[in-house]
Amino acid sequence: MSNITNQTLSEIINNIKSKKLSSQEVTKAFIERSEKSKKLNVYVTENFTSAINQAKKFDEKPNYELKLPGIPIAVKDLFCTNGVKTTAGSKILNNFIPNYESTVTQNIWDQGGILLGKLNCDEFAMGSSNETSFFGNVQNPIGENLVPGGSSGGSSSAVAANLTPVTIGTDTGGSIRQPASFTGTVGLKPTYGSCSRYGIVAFASSLDQAGPMSKNVKDAAILLEVISSFDQKDSTSIDFKRNKYSEELTTKIKGKKIGIPKEYRVEGMSEEIENLWKKGIEHAKECGAEVIDISLPYTNYALPTYYIVAPAEASSNLARYDGVKYGFRSPGKNLIDMYEKTRSEGFGEEVKRRIMIGTYVLSSGYYDAYYLKAQKVRQLIKKDFDDAYKKVDAILTPSTPSSAFKIGEKKDDPVSMYLNDIFTVPVNLAGLPAISIPAGLDKQGYPLGLQIIGKPFDEQNILNIAYSMEEKINFKNKILDWWI
Amino acid sequence: MTIDLKTVKHISKLARISVDEEKANKLTSDLNSIFDFIEKLNELKTENVEPLTSIAETTLRFREDEIKSENIREEILKNSPDENKDFFVVPKVVE
Repeated sequence: MSNITNQTLSEIINNIKSKKLSSQEVTKAFIERSEKSKKLNVYVTENFTSAINQAKKFDEKPNYELKLPGIPIAVKDLFCTNGVKTTAGSKILNNFIPNYESTVTQNIWDQGGILLGKLNCDEFAMGSSNETSFFGNVQNPIGENLVPGGSSGGSSSAVAANLTPVTIGTDTGGSIRQPASFTGTVGLKPTYGSCSRYGIVAFASSLDQAGPMSKNVKDAAILLEVISSFDQKDSTSIDFKRNKYSEELTTKIKGKKIGIPKEYRVEGMSEEIENLWKKGIEHAKECGAEVIDISLPYTNYALPTYYIVAPAEASSNLARYDGVKYGFRSPGKNLIDMYEKTRSEGFGEEVKRRIMIGTYVLSSGYYDAYYLKAQKVRQLIKKDFDDAYKKVDAILTPSTPSSAFKIGEKKDDPVSMYLNDIFTVPVNLAGLPAISIPAGLDKQGYPLGLQIIGKPFDEQNILNIAYSMEEKINFKNKILDWWI
Repeated sequence: MTIDLKTVKHISKLARISVDEEKANKLTSDLNSIFDFIEKLNELKTENVEPLTSIAETTLRFREDEIKSENIREEILKNSPDENKDFFVVPKVVE
């Protein structure tokens, strides 16, 4: 077998099922390459020894009926893993070892997956460049000192650099799709309520969703099929009939109506992004789709809405980190002093900034002006999509307003960093599914992505559109292993 | 509108995050630039719009109130920042 780590998930599954490869061979190959790739800083916690033992166990008694037979998979360090340190990229959880397992990771292990390790991410998933992690920046395999996007930056980098066959990330405002776009990989945010939030370190509970990140659309479909499930332990989990996403995957999208929202042609958007979008529209037509101009008038209000709703929910969710029952504690002269020091030293700057925004917008006298206002605008944004979906089956937009930028370039200007998520945030506010697929390279050779947004619970449709467009785009990532 | 240093210090008290003078100044300028950006929402008239409180249109489910994990006291206490094996320990709160 030539190179194992280059293979897609579906190729590896086939090779294991046909006994051309053992789980141990596959697991060792990814570990060896990971050992040589420390410079990318994708791992917060390696689980290599245990992974090899589990692979050995699988090989001794293989079960080829499983959907992920003996497949090693590294996951974002935001998913609680029983007995394995879970940090959320934060000092405040630096020593936290959960005694329970998140539902989505449990679904992966139940289907034969093996935990390779926990991947770096922005602290509490707050960031668009993986620069807010307590465990340092992650390098983008596309080029040295280039950010991998965020918050699932360790995940996007690990998939692009062939350090894990696939991975899972979480997406609150674009944290799966934006890093996928920056690294030339595929990332899917499912409909809110599709994947259980149980055991995922909470950021903004009305927006958070877990989803697959992979080298191609088919792999994303395989992984989504495994992680998407109804779960009693998540009160917002929705009991709907889930498709067999990978089996039902098809390129037959003739007659599908795809909307092009004019409001996504934002001020200052580069010509390259504009051209990429036009090319995407052409590809969609070649696939037999009907392209229709649509309007989403409240698009411009999505980011300001997001920066009220998400910090408000975060300030409430992160109130639990007080140094009492788990996590980091800084001693104080009394209880209040201990709280204040613990939180001041345990949280990084971006997290503190967002807790402050959230506390302010929820504080007495400001609630109506900010939080209530934002909830009303959120209604208008959702209605935009409801109206559009009376006319179209899906919506095609760019994934990000630019390609990957240099580490440090936007770090000191929070607002310019927030603008990265301009095309991804409306989807979270409306609770919709969306997928980012690599669609081309800019003149520096950095990948650019296109986003396909679907109706609620219509993951199959956006997967199919992505699958057929992927074939036409025929994207090739340019990764030269500069770090090895 | 502008957020002044006094407000930032008040908010940091509410958020239980201690800030020194330098950090408070930096936060004041950061928060002002973020709120400048957020103020865009004031362009919209929303008197007659219902707030969206939940994106998942479901009602909360009922379930039996059953104990599902027993005897996990030790496991729970394992992550305690304090060495004590029997309790969560905090600085004295009653004089």
